[in-house]
Amino acid sequence: MDNPKEPTAATPAAEWPLWEIFVRSRAGLDHKHCGSLHAADPKMAIQLARDVYTRRQEGSSIWVVRSDQIVASDPGDKGMYFDPMEDKVYRHPTFYQLPDAVDHM
Amino acid sequence: MQASIRLERDPAVQYLLRIGDTCLILGQRLAEWCGHAPILEEDIALTNMALDLVGQARALLTHAGRIEGQGHDEDQLAFLRDERNYFNVTMVELPRGDFAFTVLRNAMVATLLKLLWERLADSNDAELAAIAGKAVKEARYHQQHAADWVVRLGDGTAESRRRTEGALKQLWLYTAEWFESDPIDEQARASGLGPRWAELREPWQAEMAAILDDATLAMPADCAFRSTGRSGLHSEHMGYILTTMQHLQRSFPGGVW
Repeated sequence: MDNPKEPTAATPAAEWPLWEIFVRSRAGLDHKHCGSLHAADPKMAIQLARDVYTRRQEGSSIWVVRSDQIVASDPGDKGMYFDPMEDKVYRHPTFYQLPDAVDHM
Repeated sequence: MQASIRLERDPAVQYLLRIGDTCLILGQRLAEWCGHAPILEEDIALTNMALDLVGQARALLTHAGRIEGQGHDEDQLAFLRDERNYFNVTMVELPRGDFAFTVLRNAMVATLLKLLWERLADSNDAELAAIAGKAVKEARYHQQHAADWVVRLGDGTAESRRRTEGALKQLWLYTAEWFESDPIDEQARASGLGPRWAELREPWQAEMAAILDDATLAMPADCAFRSTGRSGLHSEHMGYILTTMQHLQRSFPGGVW
């Protein structure tokens, strides 16, 4: 893996790296991706995320991840990865008759 | 043109206004960064902190107005006093300077206010204790945010270090005033309203020493100069910042959102 401190085309030397920000709104819920920002290191990323993304009571916890550390699926694979699911309606459990006594399924 | 209000010089009122005015004037100075900070995120951070400080000032000025008993509300106290009836520490009225000056001043003042709020949470004035309980959380973050920047800049490039050292030398002169005892402080201590600020000197120096040590900066020596903002005698910068702040309320008396 590349040394994250080395300047690359994505992060030239004069620019701080990009961080993806995840905020959890309440205890028990999951962290949701809410945006990204530039920061020099993890501590600054957390602080700036606090100031930018939780100033209207949106959060109770913050995760930050360096954007270049995220491994993403290849957009070119979209066809073979996701299109075959279009006609597989039987994978949705919507064909069962539920007893009246079962709520909130 | 709205005339100035006459302030009743009561020791408890003046004790509260020293803190409230310090928050108010620093809030105004930080707001000057809106649209000018080095990066967008820091722009938002500084204005968040400015609004925290204005919020603290509002609570304290409202409370001081009630104790004063002349029917003055927060707006009248914030915008219609003459210069010598403001009791903020002189440091906060100094022009905003560069970013190093701003974050170092924030670290110094936030450390002071944090220590003050911690003590005021035990005030026998229930309203003041409640204000302090809320404000101390804001002050803790202000201190951490500013201290991190001081470390980055102090232990940063040659240029950032030069600027931070310059700011430290200049700002240090204005800290001695904070810890001078006077009858206002003594009375607050005696009545249980709050501590003498002099009691905060030791913990303040210890916390600043830790920050400066991380920043590889040397704590300046004490000096003989004493600023006098806490007694209402201000620097040449105070008149200008009050003119900016007061213009609207003076021109459009009672104007509200």
